[in-house]
Amino acid sequence: MFDFSIVTSSIHAWLSEYLSQGLAIFVECVAVGIGILALYAIIAIIMIYMERKVCAAFQCRIGPVRVGPFGLFQLIADVIKMLIKEIIIISHSDKFLYNLAPYVVIVGSVLAFACLPISQGLEILDFNIGVFFFLAVSSIGVIGILLAGWSSNNKFSLIGAMRSGSQMISYELSIGLSVLTVVALAGTMQFSEIVAMQSSGWLLFKGHIPAVIAFVVYLIAANAECNRGPFDLPEAESELTAGFHTEYSGMHFGLFYVAEFVNLFIVSAFAATVFLGGWMPFHVSGLDGFNRIMDYIPGALWFFGKSFFLVWVLMWIKWTFPRLRVDQILQLEWKYLVPIGLVNLSIMALCAVFGWHF
Amino acid sequence: MNNFILFIAVIITGIALPVLALWTARLLGPRSYNPQKSEAYECGIPTRGDTWMQFKVGYYLFAILFLMFDVETVFLFPWAIVAKDLGVVGLISFAFFMLVLVLGLAYAWKKGVLEWK
Repeated sequence: MFDFSIVTSSIHAWLSEYLSQGLAIFVECVAVGIGILALYAIIAIIMIYMERKVCAAFQCRIGPVRVGPFGLFQLIADVIKMLIKEIIIISHSDKFLYNLAPYVVIVGSVLAFACLPISQGLEILDFNIGVFFFLAVSSIGVIGILLAGWSSNNKFSLIGAMRSGSQMISYELSIGLSVLTVVALAGTMQFSEIVAMQSSGWLLFKGHIPAVIAFVVYLIAANAECNRGPFDLPEAESELTAGFHTEYSGMHFGLFYVAEFVNLFIVSAFAATVFLGGWMPFHVSGLDGFNRIMDYIPGALWFFGKSFFLVWVLMWIKWTFPRLRVDQILQLEWKYLVPIGLVNLSIMALCAVFGWHF
Repeated sequence: MNNFILFIAVIITGIALPVLALWTARLLGPRSYNPQKSEAYECGIPTRGDTWMQFKVGYYLFAILFLMFDVETVFLFPWAIVAKDLGVVGLISFAFFMLVLVLGLAYAWKKGVLEWK
């Protein structure tokens, strides 16, 4: 595998040759920031295009085809449309919180995005509490959504925000429990170490039954956490107009929209990293020739391939199941997923302590 | 590079993204004033009453339940890291912790907190 830390450390050495220590770090920080912004925007655009095409395929349509080859320029047209629309701020809203809400949503999303290891040595935030940090920052988004709904002074927004708040905090519990299961198996919370220990086999296979249950529970909870699929109650368009972002227009709305799609990518990429090995190629122990061939495929390709596969699975779920009611959502979480998660964690504790894993 | 410097850089990036987007939008977008436009959109019907009012208590109960469970899962994370090293002793204390957690959930279930009324 190609180690990107060679590239980053050589850039650092080259910069500190010409600049003072502080200035070199500043330049690197700016480069990292621009890199994150560019990647964030590209992922958002790819996700929106993919959503349209996949949704069209599931509904026996063809999706965007008119603008450019395969409708690719439709996205650019949409971005321009979003940018030149007027930003309307309604008169009876709480102006400060109303303007603050998109910032909170985006900051949480960008912080979670920066945690993901894209390839070997190509991770931005690599704390030793990585997984925990990821869970913490990805739950900031719910505050933004509650602020948006509350400050809009609109009853649809308020109902949407309340539903979203109760749903997102409830399903965070299941995410926490299933991640806890993996941490108990891996024995570390650092993303780079979790990926490195999957070189002999993905954690989904290493942890066998409890890991598979945790994976399925994680996918369900992650889908609910993104307010998508059968859990899109907060913005149920047939009941609540647009839910918590009814009163947002133009780019204000665009930020919520982008954050929602990138969050879908983030939860899928997190599942891919923790359960499916992240940038680690698919290895079968014993088949050395096969493993050698797999190593030729770059890590970033593995990472994005697995992530977009999981994104596709979540889209498939979205376009297959009908929307649930709010009581059904909360009962699914508290009466099924939480008990399953607790039992599963206990099984994994037994497996980890007595070594009943691969 | 130091992780905390990067952390601050990423936060600044996160703030810069909406600032840039909204600034560009303000620059490019039209501006016009209309008293109808700045009213709340509730499907065309004039808004009735106050929106900032007392709200259904069911959401509040779930929030309290969540608080309890989430704090306890936070306490489980340090255990999960050293689970293999602690061995059976750690497993027994984990079982006690889990028992209290499950008792809490069972109590809430029996009291009917989980029913959506």
